[in-house]
Amino acid sequence: MIGLGHYLAVGAVMFVLGVFGIFLNRKNIIVILMAIELILLSVNINLVAFSAFLHDMVGQVFAMFVLTVAAGEAAIGLAILVIYFRGRGTIAVDDVNQMKG
Amino acid sequence: MIQAFAFYLFATVMIASGVMTIAARNPVHSVLWLILAFFNAAGLFLILGAEFIAMLLVIVYVGAVAVLFLFVVMMLNVDFAELRAGFARYWPFATLLAVLLLAEMGFAVSAWSAGGIAPDARAAPIDAAKPNIEALGEILYTRYLYIFEGAGLVLLVAMIGAIVLTHRRRSDLRPQKVSEQVKRRPWEAVVNTSPGVGEGIEL
Repeated sequence: MIGLGHYLAVGAVMFVLGVFGIFLNRKNIIVILMAIELILLSVNINLVAFSAFLHDMVGQVFAMFVLTVAAGEAAIGLAILVIYFRGRGTIAVDDVNQMKG
Repeated sequence: MIQAFAFYLFATVMIASGVMTIAARNPVHSVLWLILAFFNAAGLFLILGAEFIAMLLVIVYVGAVAVLFLFVVMMLNVDFAELRAGFARYWPFATLLAVLLLAEMGFAVSAWSAGGIAPDARAAPIDAAKPNIEALGEILYTRYLYIFEGAGLVLLVAMIGAIVLTHRRRSDLRPQKVSEQVKRRPWEAVVNTSPGVGEGIEL
């Protein structure tokens, strides 16, 4: 039978995949944003799994809020990406040091 | 039995598409793999009985966020081969970090022993007779009303921020000035004259 541990394991693997993706694609900020989406998805899996196995509704409410924040973060991140590309003509993020003061 | 099969199917496909998301050569393929991962996560949520969150995942993530990603990837004319240059350099460190993180999580989970679940400590027990969406709405619009409004505010600020950031005033255009057109009156624009025959007028 599928228990809580199975879902937590899937969530952990997705989280690690997201972190792995951030380090693997250090130059490509689009894929970094997608990896962040994977991390937030793994958080949602954990919240919903706990909600289902503890018979508590609050987990699903908070999964919804995490989803909201993920949507806003993607919108703002992509907007910053677009204006950065407009100014520089590239999206390589390893030379973003204009603001180093 | 069928539940276990569905769980393993969804989990396997989701993890595989997660791997492809971060490893795909073309970012457009990455986005498509991400969409597949979200669909499978929605399947997992359906198994868990969280129907509303599952549908929200499909609508919000696949319908809005993934399409936004797709737009940006296709709109920006980026040389992706150049961005992949560091791939070979980064992967040993990244793999080491990922394995370390996964091992830490494994240790933490195996070291943790469940202290039992205290049913009295539940904030909002699930009533099996009530549909998922009804129960969620009941708690969302009462106890978590202010946080819910705050979430709406977050979305509003994100929307306004994205528009303000990407909007640009172009100087090479001569747009219609509606206010000036509306403000114009006949007595400012038209002059009555009565010129003599053969004289014409000078403006």
